[in-house]
Amino acid sequence: MGTAMRVFARWNTTDPESDTKDRRTILILVRCFQRMERIETASTVAIKALGYRFASGLQALDGVDLDLGPGDFVSLVGASGCGKSTLLRILSGLLASDTGQVVVGGCDPLEARRSRHAFGFVFQSPNLLPWRTVLENVSLPLELGGIAATERKERSLDWIARVGLSEFAHAWPAQLSGGMKMRVSIARALAIRPRLLLMDEPFAALDDITRGKLQEDILRLRESERFTTLFVTHNVSEAAFLSDRVAVMTPRPGRIAREVPTDFGTRRDADLRGDPAFAAKVREIGRALAEVSP
Amino acid sequence: MKMRAMFAAAWPPVAFLALALVAWEILVRWLEIPPYLVPSPAAVAREACMSRADLVSASLVTLAGAVSGFVASLVFGTLAAVLFAQAAWIRASLFPYAIFLQTVPIVAVAPLIVIWFGPGFHSVVLVSFVLSVFPILSNATTGLVRVDRELLDLFRLHDASRWQILTRLRLPHSVPMIVAGAKVSSGLTVIGAIVGEFFAGYGVRTPGLGYLILQSSGQLRTELLFACVGASTLLGLGVFLATGLVARSVLSRLDEPQRE
Repeated sequence: MGTAMRVFARWNTTDPESDTKDRRTILILVRCFQRMERIETASTVAIKALGYRFASGLQALDGVDLDLGPGDFVSLVGASGCGKSTLLRILSGLLASDTGQVVVGGCDPLEARRSRHAFGFVFQSPNLLPWRTVLENVSLPLELGGIAATERKERSLDWIARVGLSEFAHAWPAQLSGGMKMRVSIARALAIRPRLLLMDEPFAALDDITRGKLQEDILRLRESERFTTLFVTHNVSEAAFLSDRVAVMTPRPGRIAREVPTDFGTRRDADLRGDPAFAAKVREIGRALAEVSP
Repeated sequence: MKMRAMFAAAWPPVAFLALALVAWEILVRWLEIPPYLVPSPAAVAREACMSRADLVSASLVTLAGAVSGFVASLVFGTLAAVLFAQAAWIRASLFPYAIFLQTVPIVAVAPLIVIWFGPGFHSVVLVSFVLSVFPILSNATTGLVRVDRELLDLFRLHDASRWQILTRLRLPHSVPMIVAGAKVSSGLTVIGAIVGEFFAGYGVRTPGLGYLILQSSGQLRTELLFACVGASTLLGLGVFLATGLVARSVLSRLDEPQRE
């Protein structure tokens, strides 16, 4: 409903530029509400019996079931090539599923994508535009969504500050380290206040120290923003440290074999990493992963 | 420091040129070669000095033709590339004809251009354009089409329109490739203008270098012919270096220095 309120608020300002886009958004929202009668779910993400086959005939996903409630942080672990990225692409409406049902915020993923600002996506590489400064990169999704320049700048600068890069707002991506680039990428994904944050092995290419810092940053931001997150990784310890639940995937065809709750609550700091209970949890997930991987 | 480095790089070729000129002068005098066959450097310099007004104005006319052809290549090459980038079937059906521009002998097409459009400056520009458009067209198409999939996903994820993807992703992404193509084109554009003047450079108030070359060879004024060849070379070099400088300043804005 929050999105709807915001859209109606802007509707009243009668900004001619965002007018047509808003009309489209409202149509899509109406369709979403109509759908919600059919698909009754309180979940932010509901995936039921999802299947996807590549054009080559390879069955990438088969019978995937997964539910994310509002504010959930769920990690997806699995061997490389088990269809984790395919699942993210289907969830974000970049790829259409073959069988089964996917609902994101009450909508079909494609409609959710068109209603703008549904998804924040952090890719494996920082994926920044080298010809844009940090500020211009962070404000790109807002710019594409037709947000006015002053608001764009204000919101982007705020998010750049939250990831600790205020001094670098006007730097070029080439001037930043790998960890800083990833921070920019995270700020860009969150500045639109997405309904769902999707992260595709974002820290895989970083060194251990930087990765640890970024993991704590994500937890801190989550504490204040309560965004819903699906986090793909092949690092078991990272999954246990960050999430409320870890979903273990089997490869070829991809399917969720087991969900392991990691109920450490808000006690997620450097101490937790050394805790025996944490080590036991990492072992449990590791074993589950070893059982299903060939 | 920089001056010294430039001097160190420049003196060997300059010294070689000086030696070659001296040897040439000696050989021409010693073997008594008639000046209509091979004039001595001194004779060429004298002729260049005497007809410097003609040479300068001819060079300027040729420069104007080359620069106009170059600008036309840059504008129409990029516009055509944007059209090509719209769909694979457009590329598949039109690109063979773009290659035609690259492979057709320009001396065969130039007379046709004169027949269709008549002699004059505009036909010179057209010949220069035909010769120099392909590197820009081909590079710009590659730059527009071969955009990283993840970047494209980012734009699609936020429901970017085709226009937004073109102006905010594809075009900026292809700038370095267009600049590289422009450097190749800038060399071709002067050749194109001179060839154009061979065929279409008559009937104008001030002839360009191409027409002057034609005239001086017809009158066996070999000294003037040599001077024209020298002027054409210098002109081509100047245009190429100027493009290189502009290219470097454009690219340096894009690739900021790496973090120390």
